[in-house]
Amino acid sequence: MSYINKPKFKHPQLQTNDIGLTRRDYEGTLTTLCGGCGHDSISAAIIQASAEMSLEPHRIAKISGIGCSSKIPSYFLSKAHGFNSVHGRMPSVATGANIANKELSYIGISGDGDSASIGLGQFCHIVRRRVNMLYIVANNGTYGLTKGQLSATADLGSRTKSGEESLFDNIDLATLAIELGASFVARSFSGDKKQLVPLIQAGLTHKGFAFIDVVSPCVTFNNTDLSTHGYKNTWENHIVLSEVDFVPMREEITTSYAPGKEKEITLHDGSVIHLHKTGSNYDPMDKENALHHINAYKKQGKIATGLLYINQTTSDLHELQDTVDKPFNSLGCHELCPGDEALGDINNTFR
Amino acid sequence: MKPTNTDDPSYFHKVVDCQWACPAHTPVPEYIRLIAEKRYTDAYMINWHSNVFPGILGRTCDRPCEPACRRGRIEEQPVAICRLKRVAADYKSDIRDRIPEVPKKKNGKHIALIGAGPAALTVARDLLPLGYEITLFERDAVSGGAMRTQIPRFRLPIEVLNEELNYVLDMGVNCRFGEEITSMKSVMSEGYDAIFIGTGAPLGKWLDLPGHSDAADNIHTGIEWLANVAFEHVTSIGKKVIVLGGGNTAMDCCRTSKRIGGKDVSVVVRSGFDDMKASPWEIEDAIAEDIPILNFHVPKRYIVENGKLVAMEFEKVRKEVDENGRRQLIPTGEEPAIIPCDDVICAIGQENSFPWIERDLGIEFDKWEVPVLNKATYQSTHENVFFGGDAAFGPDNIITAVAHGHDAAVSIHMSCEGQDINRRPDPLTNLSSQKMGIHQWSYDNDISADFRFAVPHADKEQTLNDINVEVELGFDEQLALNETQRCLNCDVQTVFTDKLCIECDACVDICPTDCITFTQNSEESELRLDMLSPAENTEQDLYVSGTLTTGRIMAKNEDLCLHCGLCAERCPTNAWDMHKYLFNTAKAQDSCQS
Ligand SMILES: Cc1cc2nc3c(=O)[nH]c(=O)nc-3n(C[C@H](O)[C@H](O)[C@H](O)COP(=O)(O)OP(=O)(O)OC[C@H]3O[C@@H](n4cnc5c(N)ncnc54)[C@H](O)[C@@H]3O)c2cc1C
Ligand SMILES: Cc1ncc(C[n+]2csc(CCOP(=O)(O)OP(=O)(O)O)c2C)c(N)n1
Ligand code: SF4
Ligand code: SF4
Ligand code: SF4
Ligand SMILES: [Mg+2]
Repeated sequence: MSYINKPKFKHPQLQTNDIGLTRRDYEGTLTTLCGGCGHDSISAAIIQASAEMSLEPHRIAKISGIGCSSKIPSYFLSKAHGFNSVHGRMPSVATGANIANKELSYIGISGDGDSASIGLGQFCHIVRRRVNMLYIVANNGTYGLTKGQLSATADLGSRTKSGEESLFDNIDLATLAIELGASFVARSFSGDKKQLVPLIQAGLTHKGFAFIDVVSPCVTFNNTDLSTHGYKNTWENHIVLSEVDFVPMREEITTSYAPGKEKEITLHDGSVIHLHKTGSNYDPMDKENALHHINAYKKQGKIATGLLYINQTTSDLHELQDTVDKPFNSLGCHELCPGDEALGDINNTFR
Repeated sequence: MKPTNTDDPSYFHKVVDCQWACPAHTPVPEYIRLIAEKRYTDAYMINWHSNVFPGILGRTCDRPCEPACRRGRIEEQPVAICRLKRVAADYKSDIRDRIPEVPKKKNGKHIALIGAGPAALTVARDLLPLGYEITLFERDAVSGGAMRTQIPRFRLPIEVLNEELNYVLDMGVNCRFGEEITSMKSVMSEGYDAIFIGTGAPLGKWLDLPGHSDAADNIHTGIEWLANVAFEHVTSIGKKVIVLGGGNTAMDCCRTSKRIGGKDVSVVVRSGFDDMKASPWEIEDAIAEDIPILNFHVPKRYIVENGKLVAMEFEKVRKEVDENGRRQLIPTGEEPAIIPCDDVICAIGQENSFPWIERDLGIEFDKWEVPVLNKATYQSTHENVFFGGDAAFGPDNIITAVAHGHDAAVSIHMSCEGQDINRRPDPLTNLSSQKMGIHQWSYDNDISADFRFAVPHADKEQTLNDINVEVELGFDEQLALNETQRCLNCDVQTVFTDKLCIECDACVDICPTDCITFTQNSEESELRLDMLSPAENTEQDLYVSGTLTTGRIMAKNEDLCLHCGLCAERCPTNAWDMHKYLFNTAKAQDSCQS
């Protein structure tokens, strides 16, 4: 009688996508998180984003660390590959997997504790290495799984439910990612799927390291009126720097936008991001400008959201390393061990 | 849209599709849950209070609830609501001590009821516990009306019928059976405080075609013939039988013929198979008994040879829709069809008729000879005369007759108490939370994904040989339990409290059928399209909240809600809660609180 499985019945008019699947086919097992946890909405947003894009679940790998946030790969895309790794170590595992098979789409899921505390070093390096993936931090300003300690992303003066006050300034993973060379950086809010879903779609399509810092309230331990990561503060203070529409490559672009405030960014596969800028002189292609805006809003107690920064000119890890076209995991014995003659040729170059 | 007013008793009632559709508003999901708990007697009594004849209706009801059942919109087939009602009747224990007590001391008012069908018996049952003296006139020597004379015994066994009739008669009805009323004036002269007319629609229609007069002995009207079979005045029929008509009466006539001597029995209808009026399950049962149904055959004449009916001639037609969208039957020009027959049964309709009501008594009739009635009170133009059942608005069904009976009883009681009968009493409602723990409800929300279970039938050899053997065996306890698990508990309502909502989206994310959306408010037509999945079924309401902190509203599409309670389980603030909504129409006993 308690905690049933989600019934399989679905809305009869639920749309099927190009590969014949409905949104329900992208679900995972039933969540075990607290009801109202922002992380569940991130799962739902990923489900919606991948269903709308007609992604093939078996071409996706979900990799996470430890934390309530890192549990969510169980709750979406049950037909995808997955690896629930060690606390703070998702970046190493994701890097390894991406090196081995560059043809899968990688979704890394982490928390603010996972990425900004124990895993901060790993985070910095995966950004720097430009691994082609979408890295999502479900940011609640607390260690949810271990019952509500303040995390390193908690803002100065913010308080958890137990009353503990943050005595330190916060680490902002989004600005850090921009500084370290990430080529797609966004911030969003779990409660605002209209914004989050297209950002996930754009991030999945972007070639290179895409990072989304998602404010995702911990409804149980960090949702008081004095917490800057709670629903109330986030609803009141998140400022949309740029509204994003994502148009997949296959679809005809029909909307027309007013010049000036609108910007069209064509991604490498032909998909298009439409940016509707709400800040007047804000430019997401300009690193300094982006950082300036984020910090200026932060001083006013506002949270800048939307697509913060994008750069399509950088190369990803495989390009920088000039790896072979075929993914490593598909190379056969002959390719990996080309024989005496080839070895001789190589040795000759050192003579 | 304006925020939904859930204080309006019909709002949540409408969500309980089955109960809303039931003319007597039987609390269906409540009794289905009791059956699941094997509390058959309790389940029976809920029915008995609402519809008076649970065992009869559990076998014969027209079941308007089932096409309405939400399950039919979620998967293919509705819950077998009607056959579960029968389970309650089959497995109950003695209910006599639960029947309302009838006071020895009468209230001094005397009511006459004419016709002992379900409508009048319902009036009797509702008024007797209030101290009324009831005199019931019936032309036949026994009660039951069409339930006895029309519905064949292989659908409704005599013991089941008698049992439930007796629960009412034993409450102390003054029976004047075998007394046909031929003058309303003389009944009125007996000085009753009110008279209820429940004489049904006893007039069968003929099909007067060439050859009719020569073959009259072998041409029958369905309802008279069925009554004659029921009273065993007729015990046989010719080998070759044609039944004309596509309604339920035709189905009963053909199946009855098969049992009393008919070998080649066929049903012939003028228009298409899809236009037949009979309930799909009645048609299925006839087909299962190897009775062919010929469509697009228009009867032309009775063929009589040597003074004996030998065949009927039919013109073959096809359906066409003209530019005004009207259906027309166009002759195909083929050779007419000649179907040999020994007997023809006309089952092409029936009417109410009142030759015995003098037209100078203040009881007005319209130009179709139908009594002029108030549709809510069932009062005629004479303030002390009420109509109900088939007599009121023409042939319908048992459950409708019962519903009329309840309402007429309310009117009679209010009028005898000197109250304004147009001020109808409010229904009795109760809304209460079902929460027992974070993930625990006092109802079983884990509904089964099974398809509808079929009711087992008795062996065809046996049922076709004995008209009294019931065809349907009913669910056994295990099948019944399985079927109960398909019910969605639509009476357990999702109740939203806007000031508690923190707009976390948890309910939106969990809902299996995309019922819930948070969005900007707009006109209903726009809002319906703005939902997570569109809410196209405009017969089903949108439940709309007041404005929330972000300026948005919550809109819930009631159409496809599984009542699974997951929204409430996931809601961190109890903004959603599951409340059981009990709704009972006010009966006579509830109508005069003084
Ligand atoms: C063949 C057939 C099959 C049916 N099957 C079903 C079914 O499966 N399910 C269903 O729900 N409904 C069925 N119906 C319809 C249903 O039987 C009627 O709608 C219902 O019985 C109407 O109830 P009532 O109380 O209005 O009148 P009735 O049941 O018709 O009772 C009227 C009574 O009044 C008596 N009466 C009439 N005139 C006088 C008079 N002048 N003086 C004294 N007494 C009089 C009659 O003898 C009769 O007993 C069927 C009808 C037919 C014809
Ligand atoms: C090596 C190691 N150190 C500490 C822990 C204990 N631990 C588990 S989860 C967690 C913090 C998780 O916080 P975050 O990543 O923000 O996830 P959240 O639960 O808030 O979503 C900690 C410290 C651990 N599991 N492993
Ligand atoms: S599912 Fe149950 S409660 Fe809902 S309409 Fe059908 S029978 Fe009634
Ligand atoms: S009860 Fe709640 S979660 Fe379940 S179907 Fe209805 S609205 Fe959706
Ligand atoms: S789960 Fe509860 S608090 Fe959250 S949006 Fe739904 S109703 Fe509001
Ligand atoms: Mg956290």
